[in-house]
Parts: sequence; structure tokens; C-alpha cells
Amino acid sequence: MVTEVKKWQWFYRLGSPRWFYEITGRWLPWLLCAASLLLASGLFWGLLVAPPDARQGNSFRIIYLHVPAAILALVGYYIMALAGAVGLIWRIKMSFMVMKSAAPIGAALTFIALFTGAVWGKPSWGTYWVWDARITSMLILLFLYLGVLALQRAFSSAEMAYRASAILALVGTINIPIIYKSVDWWHTLHQPATLKLTSASSIHIDMLQPLIVMICGFYVFYVVALCLFTRAEIIRREATSAWVRALVSNESSR
Amino acid sequence: MPWVPELARTPSFLAYVRRDVLLAYRRLGDTVAPLIFFTMVCTLVPLGLSPDPQRLSEIAPGIMWIMALLATLLSIERIFAFDFEDGSLEQLLIAPQLIALPVLAKIVAHWLVTGLPLTLLSPLLAMTLSLPTSAYPAMLLSLAIGSAYLSAVGAVGASLTVSLGRGGLLLPLLVVPLYMPIMIFGTATVFYAVDGLHWSGPLAAMGAMLCAALALCPLAAAAALRVTSA
Amino acid sequence: MCMDVPVPQDYLLSTNELCFERDGRRLFEGINLRLKAGEMVLIEGPNGCGKTTLMRLLTTLLSPTSGALCYRGEPLEKVRYAYLADLLYIGHQSAVKLALSAEENLAWMAASEGIHDPKSVRAALRSMGLGAVYDLPCHQLSAGQVRRVALSRLVLTRAKLWFLDEPLTALDTEGIGLITGRLQGHLDSGGAIVLISHQDLAIGAVRNYDLTKRCALGA
Repeated sequence: MVTEVKKWQWFYRLGSPRWFYEITGRWLPWLLCAASLLLASGLFWGLLVAPPDARQGNSFRIIYLHVPAAILALVGYYIMALAGAVGLIWRIKMSFMVMKSAAPIGAALTFIALFTGAVWGKPSWGTYWVWDARITSMLILLFLYLGVLALQRAFSSAEMAYRASAILALVGTINIPIIYKSVDWWHTLHQPATLKLTSASSIHIDMLQPLIVMICGFYVFYVVALCLFTRAEIIRREATSAWVRALVSNESSR
Repeated sequence: MPWVPELARTPSFLAYVRRDVLLAYRRLGDTVAPLIFFTMVCTLVPLGLSPDPQRLSEIAPGIMWIMALLATLLSIERIFAFDFEDGSLEQLLIAPQLIALPVLAKIVAHWLVTGLPLTLLSPLLAMTLSLPTSAYPAMLLSLAIGSAYLSAVGAVGASLTVSLGRGGLLLPLLVVPLYMPIMIFGTATVFYAVDGLHWSGPLAAMGAMLCAALALCPLAAAAALRVTSA
Repeated sequence: MCMDVPVPQDYLLSTNELCFERDGRRLFEGINLRLKAGEMVLIEGPNGCGKTTLMRLLTTLLSPTSGALCYRGEPLEKVRYAYLADLLYIGHQSAVKLALSAEENLAWMAASEGIHDPKSVRAALRSMGLGAVYDLPCHQLSAGQVRRVALSRLVLTRAKLWFLDEPLTALDTEGIGLITGRLQGHLDSGGAIVLISHQDLAIGAVRNYDLTKRCALGA
């Protein structure tokens, strides 16, 4: 029984908001450094060093924002749902806080992906908006995020909001593959006369390398943002607890 | 398992379905409102677009499907709202049985009083929208399967918003994104039939989605009801 | 856990250090309630101290933040369905469908307990003074009559544990008398009752449970 408790101690410690707050406080400076280093070098490499695209010229360079944002938007939904599932199964409040924080970040990234896609669409397709399969899926993903965000803010009880939005996120997770497949199929069905996007596999290696750096940078940036949002949520939720009060009085006396 | 005899004592699946259908019948005005809405909005299309049969027949499958979706959205909130207000939901939650079962019964009952009548009404509207008669079987089947899916997925949204009161506004926001895949396959089935293609493919996809939804949605809705009605 | 302190089997219901928090705010703690067959507990306390919340915890509609609930000495996780089958809960909302008649309502409530006997349903309604209106839709009945429809469950039920949240609301003197008699009868036949009521009841074996002391709101 005792060893059993020890084995799982790290798991339950992770569930302590205070522990999370303190450990992320120590990690954050490093993560922030890594994120800015990766993003700065990736941007420099991608925007200035990488060669222009043969067909699209310099306009393709928005890919360095568009693709990482789109990837993280999708990954973010799964992170959110996973955190929600952990919260529901093991009743860990900390996990719900992570889930709640993941929603606005993911929604923002989805919006960035859509926005950069539209900006990119103007020079390459001649129009800001095309009902392309990937864009449409991205739009539906944004709707899914907005649903979770709206539900989180609809309840007066925070715990109820956590649980309800976690269930919604899980339902959305099951639906995402179905949505992507069906929209893909819908698109081939209607075959609109549009340019095909340069697919990532056919991209030249000189353009791909900075893209990989940018994707890594976005991943670290995502973790940083998630930590910051979660820390704010912890302070909000635990405002009445002794350690947060001590923290606040320390901060204000400094 | 000591609780098996208790399980047998709770009302059967069919009893739950019968009860909800009876209640819908007693509130007939509420029940037929989505159907009237469905009919009325379909009349808006020729008025707003063009009475040209050629143009109407091109968009008829999409119109019918979108209107069916909206009509379902109008009524899905009530699947749990009345039970929440009068306390029946509490009684359901403390019944000695798996709650998913009565929830599934409620989904079936909801389909019987909205999805099914909507499907049966659709040929009439299809006629006014000049849909080719050859596409009628595809339309009937796709609406029958699709509306059951709409009820099942909608029940999850309704269970999440049941205690919010103003959930009527939030509910569409939650479920419309989840409705998009079934609508894609639903309209495609009818479009295929209009074009004289084999339409069993998208219909089979809808059937598969319905099976998955009937298996998973009651569980999700039951879990959500436990959370939101506490 | 219940296992730490052995709870005799003859306690129909017992709670061990039940504590409930909502959004990090502790509503009450240290609830140690024990209920034997033939006993009735009246939960007391001022408005907002969590009487209904405690009732919802005991009926498993809410789950406690910590502490445990035992049925006949067994922790609830093991005997959940047996417990649910043995309890009857009538809350603020009476679960009466206004679109259905008194008879249809009671027949459904009885069916939920596995009782399918139209005759006893009629008889129960008659004994509650609803003999003349049993086939009217409930939206035509008065608030007190609707209450009576909900409470006629008490005549039919086989459940041993009753949880009644303000059952006497809207009832007239005659109705209160009927219910008091029924509660006494239930206690005499070995049942147990947890009750919230602001009205005094003429029942002998009432134990008062003052929630004010357990209430953590002042802290």
C-alpha cells in the first residue's frame, strides 16, 4: 500500500496547483529563452535566407507562420481533450485548469492559421477565401474551439464548467477525424477550379529546414503560453488559499 | 452481481420511449412547431432565390438538409429541458440502472417525434422544390438516418446546456460543428441520386456514423447530465 | 473509508466525515449521520446552510469532496445499485408531469420501482384524497393537489430509505395529517426517513440533526 502511494506520488503532486505553479515558475525563463531563440532564428532563416519559391516568389514565406500555427492548433485540441480526460477520470483539478487554458490559445492559433491562409490565398489564388478542404476543416476546428470557450464561460460554477467543457472537448476529439475525412471527401466531390496548395512533402529542403525550426519554436511557444495561462487560472481559482495569499503579499512587499 | 434483480425492476427501454412519445403528443403544439418551421422556411427559398424549377432542383438537396438540421436544432433542447425543470431528471439519475439506456430511449423518442415526421414530410417539399422523383428514395433514406444522427449528437449538446436556462442560444454553437460531417454525406447521397450515380456509398458512411453515434452519444450525454444537473 | 471504522449492518445509512466543497468553498464538513431502521432524522439549519445539498449528497445526485457514504455497513461504491433501488427521493421539484394525469404520473413512478398494478395506483390516489381527479391532467390541479400526486408515491413504494425535501410545501392541514400518518407507518414498519421541513411534525421518534454546527460558511 505504501509503495503504491509512492509510485503514484509524482502523479498526484502534478495534480497540486501549488507544485505546478512553483515548478513552472522555475522552468519558464528557460522555456521562454528557447522559444524566442527558435522563433527568431527560424524567422530569420525563413524570411531572409531561404530561397524564394519558383512559382509564388516571396509570398510563400507566410508558410513559416501558417503551417506551425495550423499544426499547433490541431495538436492543441488534442492536448486540451487529453487534459480534460485526465481531469474527468482521475478527478484532478489541475488538469482541468490546463484544459481551460488550452482553449483560448488553440482558438487563437486556429484564427492565425486561417488569417495567414487568407493572406496567402490572395496572391496565390487571387482571392482571400476559397472553400478548400483544409481551410474548411480549419474553420470547423475554430467553431469547435469557440464552442468549448463559450461553454466554459456559460456556467456560474467553475467546477461544472470544467467538467462540461471537458466532455465537449472529448466529443469534439472523436469528431475531428470524421470532420477532416468528410470535408476532404466533400472537396473532391465538388472539385472547384482552384490551385492546389504546395504540399509539404514537395517542398524544397532549403525551405523545409527553417519550417522545421519554426514548428519546434511554435511547440515551445505553445508550452510557454499554456504555462502562463494555466498559472493565471491557478491564481484565479486558488485566490483564497493560504499559499496564494502569501505569494501575493510577498509580491506586493517587494 | 447483486444489482441485477434491481435492474430488471426499472422500466424497460420501450416504456421510456412510449412515455416520451406520449408526452410529446400531449404537447402537440410544441411538437409540430419544428415541422411547420421546416415547411415554412422551405417556402422562403423560392421566394428569396428564384421560382425557376431548374435552379431550384439544383439546390433542393442542400436546402432540404439545411432546413432539416435547423428544425432539429429548434427542438433538441427540449429533449431534457422539461425533465430538468420538473425534477424527472433527478429521478432518472438516481434510478438503479445505467442512465445511458433511458437517454438512448429519449433519443429514439425524439427522432420518432421530429426526425421521422420530417422525413415523411420531405417528399412534399421536395416536390415543391422540383427535386427529380428518382432522387426521392435517396432523400428519404438519407434524412431518416441523418435525422437520427442529429438527435443523438444533439442530445449530447442538450445535456451539456440543460441547466443553463439560456442554453437555447449556446446549444447550436456546440452542435452545429458536429453536424457538418453528416450533412456532407446526407446531401451527397441525394446529389448522387440526382446525377444517377450509385448512392449507396455515402449512405453507408452515414449508417456507420449513426451506429457510432448511437453507441457513444448516450454515454457522453449521461456523463454530461451527471455533471450539469448536479 | 467505511472499512476503517466498522459500521454495524443494522445502520441502513451511515456517513463518515462527509465534506462538500463547491468551487473551493467548503459548504460543510464532518457530517457523521447514522440512521437505523425505524428512525427519522430531521435536518435543521438556517436558509442557505446546505440542507438540500446534503440531501443531494445522500441521494448520490452529488458526490462528496471527501468522506464516505455506507449502506448497511458497505461502502457505496460496492452497493450503489442496491442502495439506489432501496431509496426514494422527493425533492423540491416533484417530478410530476403536468401534461399527464395523476394516475399516469403515479403509474410511471410506480413502474420505476417495478410495481405494475393499476388497482393499487388508483387506491393510492384515493387514499391521498385524489379519487375524484385522478384522470384530470395535472395542470388542471392546484399546487397542493400536485404535491399530493407526488407524495402518493409514499403509499406505493417498497423503498426503505426515504429522503424528503420539504414534502409539506403547499399541503393543507388534512394533507399534512395524511403524510404524517404515512411517515409514522413507514417508521413503524422498519423504514427510515431523512427529512427537511420547516413545519413541525407530530411524529414521536424524530432525531434532529443541526447542520449549523457543521456549516463552514462562517469560516
